[in-house]
Parts: sequence; C-alpha cells; structure tokens
Amino acid sequence: MSRVLVGVKRVIDYAVKIRVKPDHSGVVTDGVKHSMNPFCEIAVEEAVKLKEKKFIKEVVAVSCGPTQVTETIRTALAMGCDRGIHVEVSGKDYEAMGPLQIAKIFAALAKKEEASLVILGKQAIDDDCNQTGQMTAALLDWPQGTFASEVTIDGEKVKVVREIDGGLETIKISMPAVLTADLRLNTPRYATLPNIMKAKKKKIANMKPADLGVDMVSRVEVLRVDEPPTRLAGVKVETVDDLVAKLKANGTI
Amino acid sequence: MAALFKAGKALGLCVSGCRSLSSLAELPEMHQMMRQTCRDYADRELGPIAGKLDKEHLFPAQQVRELGAMGVMAVEVPEALGGAGMDYLAYSLAVEEISRGCGSTGCVVSVNNSLYIGPILKFGTQKQKEQWITPFTTGEKVGCFALSEPGNGSDAGAASTLARQEGEEWVLNGTKAWITNSWDASATVIFATTDKSLKHKGISAFLVPMPHPGLSLGKKEDKLGIRATSTANLILEDCRIPLGNMLGSRGSGFKIAMQTLDSGRIGIASQALGIAQAALDCAADYAHKRTAFGAPIGKLQAVQFKLADMAVAVESARLLTWKAAMLKDAKKPFTKEAAMAKLAASEAATFCGHQSIQVLGGMGYVTDMPAERHYRDARITEIYEGTSEIQRLVIAGQLLKEYAS
Repeated sequence: MSRVLVGVKRVIDYAVKIRVKPDHSGVVTDGVKHSMNPFCEIAVEEAVKLKEKKFIKEVVAVSCGPTQVTETIRTALAMGCDRGIHVEVSGKDYEAMGPLQIAKIFAALAKKEEASLVILGKQAIDDDCNQTGQMTAALLDWPQGTFASEVTIDGEKVKVVREIDGGLETIKISMPAVLTADLRLNTPRYATLPNIMKAKKKKIANMKPADLGVDMVSRVEVLRVDEPPTRLAGVKVETVDDLVAKLKANGTI
Repeated sequence: MAALFKAGKALGLCVSGCRSLSSLAELPEMHQMMRQTCRDYADRELGPIAGKLDKEHLFPAQQVRELGAMGVMAVEVPEALGGAGMDYLAYSLAVEEISRGCGSTGCVVSVNNSLYIGPILKFGTQKQKEQWITPFTTGEKVGCFALSEPGNGSDAGAASTLARQEGEEWVLNGTKAWITNSWDASATVIFATTDKSLKHKGISAFLVPMPHPGLSLGKKEDKLGIRATSTANLILEDCRIPLGNMLGSRGSGFKIAMQTLDSGRIGIASQALGIAQAALDCAADYAHKRTAFGAPIGKLQAVQFKLADMAVAVESARLLTWKAAMLKDAKKPFTKEAAMAKLAASEAATFCGHQSIQVLGGMGYVTDMPAERHYRDARITEIYEGTSEIQRLVIAGQLLKEYAS
C-alpha cells in the first residue's frame, strides 16, 4: 500500500536561551545547540507507529536546509524511518525560507513519491507559524487533519481527533491527506542504539528545490527582530471598581 | 589540521586511522547521536527521579528496562546475542551520560555491561553466552560480579571461597562481600578456589543463577552514596551448580578477574565522569544565578578558579577515558591507560563533588540541591573496582616495565 512523507525541521533546541543578534536581523544560531522540532518528533513517531501496525509500508523523512539538517534526518532514521530526502537550501534562500516555500516542496515531493499521507508537526517552535501543513494540503487539494491528537486508519479513510479551542473534534477524511501532529498525539521514542547503527546504512537522497520545480522567492521580508519587552511589575487593586477606574485612567477603556 | 596531527602524535595514538584523530577532537556522527539519545534519556527520565531513588534506596527497575530496550544494558554485545553491537567508546559515552542523570543507575549499567556480561562475552562458550548473556540484554534481568570477600578486597589472590567437584557438580562454600546489584541480580559471575596449593593460579570462575539453593544474601548495606543500588554479602553454603557452569578453564579465574576489571575500570571512569560533570553543571548554573556583593557569584575570581579547576579535571579525565576505550577497541594493550582513566576520573569526581558544594555554600549542604548527592555518589568511585592505591600500583607496574632495560 502506502508511503508516508514526514517533515522534520532542524530548530534551536527548546532548552536554549535565545539571544537576538546585535543587528536585530534575527536570532543567534552559530554554535547554538539545535535539535529536531518537538512536534516533528511526534510526527515521526506517529508515522513509525503506523508502519509497525502495518498500515503503511515506507516512511520517508524530509528536511529542507543546509548540510546540517542531515543530522535531523539521521535522527528520524534512527527513530525508524526507512529513508531520507535532503532538499538543499542554503544562504539567503534558507534565511528567507518560510511555510509557503516548504509547502510547495512537500506538495511536489508528495506527488513524486506517490505518498498516501504527509505528516508534519503542527508548528515549529522557532517561528510558530502553524501554516505549512495547511498550505501543503491546499496546494495538493488534499483533505487535512490538523492538530491531531489521535489518528486511526480505517481502510482508505483516516479518522482524526483534533484538538480545537472548544474541546475535541472528530473528523473522517479520505486519503491521500495531510496530517499535523499536536502535543498529545503520542510520546516519541528514544532512538535505540541498534537503530542508530542501522540509520548509518539508510539512504538520504539529495536534491534542490529547482529539481522539484519550486522557486524559493519569498514574499515576506523580516524587518526587525527584538526581544520581548522586560516584564514590569503590576499593580494590585482591592475592588472591581478600582480596576475599572484604573483602566479608564490609563486610556485602556 | 596540523595542530590536530600534533595533538594526536603527542597522545601516542595511531595517526593513520583518521577516526582516532578526529575522535578526540570531535566524536564520529554515530557516537554523537548515541551520546545525545542517552543524554536526552538521562535529562528527562533520570534527573527528575534521582533524588527520590537516592532518598528511598529504590532500584530503578523500570528505567533499567527502558535502558535495556534502548540497548544500553548490553552495548558491546553483538546484535546476534541481543546487544547493541557498538564499541567500548560508545559504551563509555553511554555510561557517562546515564551517570550524569543518576549515579546509581550509571553504576547498574556499568556493572551489568563490564563486570557481568564482559567476562562471559570474552571467556564463555557459545552456549554459555546464549544462556547467560542474551536474557540480560533487555533490562529485564541484571547480573553481578562476586570477587571481594570479607577477608580480602585488594588482595584478590587470597580468595578463601572454595569450590570442590562432586560427581557432575561443583559445590561452592564461602562468603563474598560488597557485591553491587546483589539483591536485584538474576545471576552472578563468582570466583572460588579450586586448587588451594596453586594459590592465585588455583582460582576459577563460575556462573551461578540467582536465586539458587545454597546461595543466600546478607543484609543490604546502608551506604553513603549510590543508594539506589543494592550492596550485600553473597553467602554460599554447599551451593551446587552443574560442571558446565565453570567460566573459562580451571585455574584461569584470577586472570579472568583481572582482565574483567581492566575493562570495568573504563566503565567506572565513565560513571565518575558523569557524576563529576553533574557536579560541575550544578555549580556553574548556580554561579550564574546566585548574587552576592551586588553581582552573580560567577563574577568572583574565587568561584571562577574553582569552576576552571573542575572543568580541567573533568576534561582531562574524559580524554584519558576515551583514549583507554579507543585502545581497547583497537585491540591494543590498555591496562595502564584504563588504570590512569579510573584514577583521574574518580579523583575528578570527588574533587568536583567537594568544590560544587563549596560553590553552593549552605545550599550545597541540603538535599534541596543535588550537590550533596553528587558528593556522596562520587566517593565510591575511588574505592570499588580497584582502589586509587591499587590503580597507582598498576600504573607504576606498567610504567616500570616500559622503562626496563
């Protein structure tokens, strides 16, 4: 039956203290610890689980970026993915790379690889865009199951329980489809030592966005990056009337 | 590249293999991945519970099972026997990262890998390997190593535990002391004298399942540190085992013990490194956050000097440990280097444990911070698997041999 594409993004590790570059053009990434985006880990885990349950035959891990992203692909391979694809993007293109470009790449790959599912993390912890999955589905004209906290394959359909503001929503969509993983979908496994050894032998194919007919031109320009303002002390009030009076006084209401 | 070449030569490494050169400057990719996975596990699963395990003397059974599933309980064992099939350098990295999260758990990993599985892997028959190693790779079962006795620790040749043959069985009598993992183990590699007249050449090694008729355990020792591991006497009273349970040939027990301890030293060095690093991490983090005299204490030279000394002690011991592991992997003699690594790492651990408490001041003395646990856990590393004094004798012995005319 099927092949699943899983997107993995290399991001600054969640535990690192982020520092803004002195020229305010971005954050400091040199020499800073990077790892796989936590939501991408959850996506990989779900794909590998589906393969273990024999719903799918092959899991392909994909990442876009410079040479360093192959580390992230290898981690995905060590978690159980069968092979990897490294789409080379570097320099200015990499800095300007955003959800639309990634979505175009994934849409092209999904068609090329004849994937039944594309599973992504719901968002990346560096830009918090939460757009790539949705854009990929739209470009492919495929159904989407986003913020998935439970995924069940039922023949040619997928039942997805989604985490939404009001609670949980269950939908049934036909494959091929795009899914994005939310926090409670699963607990990602630790790569076992034997699997790390096996990962060395698994193949990672190399290609460029141009090979997929994708142009990387960005329509978004980052003007400036600043740290959030230092949080100041608040003021305590005794009654609701005091609160309303203070809010009126400082022009909030 | 020239600087690396010089450094490689100075360390006396085989310079032709680029892995040995780059390995010290930067580990190979697989080893880095493996180290990261162990570090992630230690940070997320061991760090948060280490205090509780220590306070309540709890054996980390579930964590040992999880580590087994990851392959950490049998790093060097070939995949065909159920292990991870990696090298000793990978094992050293794994033990260091696990010990950084929890010193006791690192000890369990080290004893199972080096002291129990180690000798069986090296000296066992294929059948013995399948019977005594494979079930101990998953974390479901752990093993232990019984050499020391109430009457002799460093003086291993004076073993008074006896083994006599009766028909198709060996009958063991005697007492072993200070056996790590004893209450949690499902088997032991145990040493007993088969020919008293041959002195240390009359000692043989045996495999005994646990529990077993004729083998009983003494009370659990109440220790200063590594409290999540069980340490007790093994008492043998006409303990009968089949003839096939002898490990290696008759009379080779002392040799097996010494070679096992050589490798085991790299494991303990790695455990000590993990504890030392954890103590350094604790102190360095505190130095950033604690303010005194109007600034973080990390700005004070007295504190800076302590942190620098700790870092040098850990890093130099780590390089010695890696070198010993790499020599072993290259099948070169490594006795001297292993002893140097164990000596340096254990003394680094006690030094860092001590200084870490000093940097934390009063906070270092209370259980709210892990510094006091690192101090207590570190202490044993200078004692077991060869005291620091024995290590010095081993090193001197090897050195003098090199200079003999």
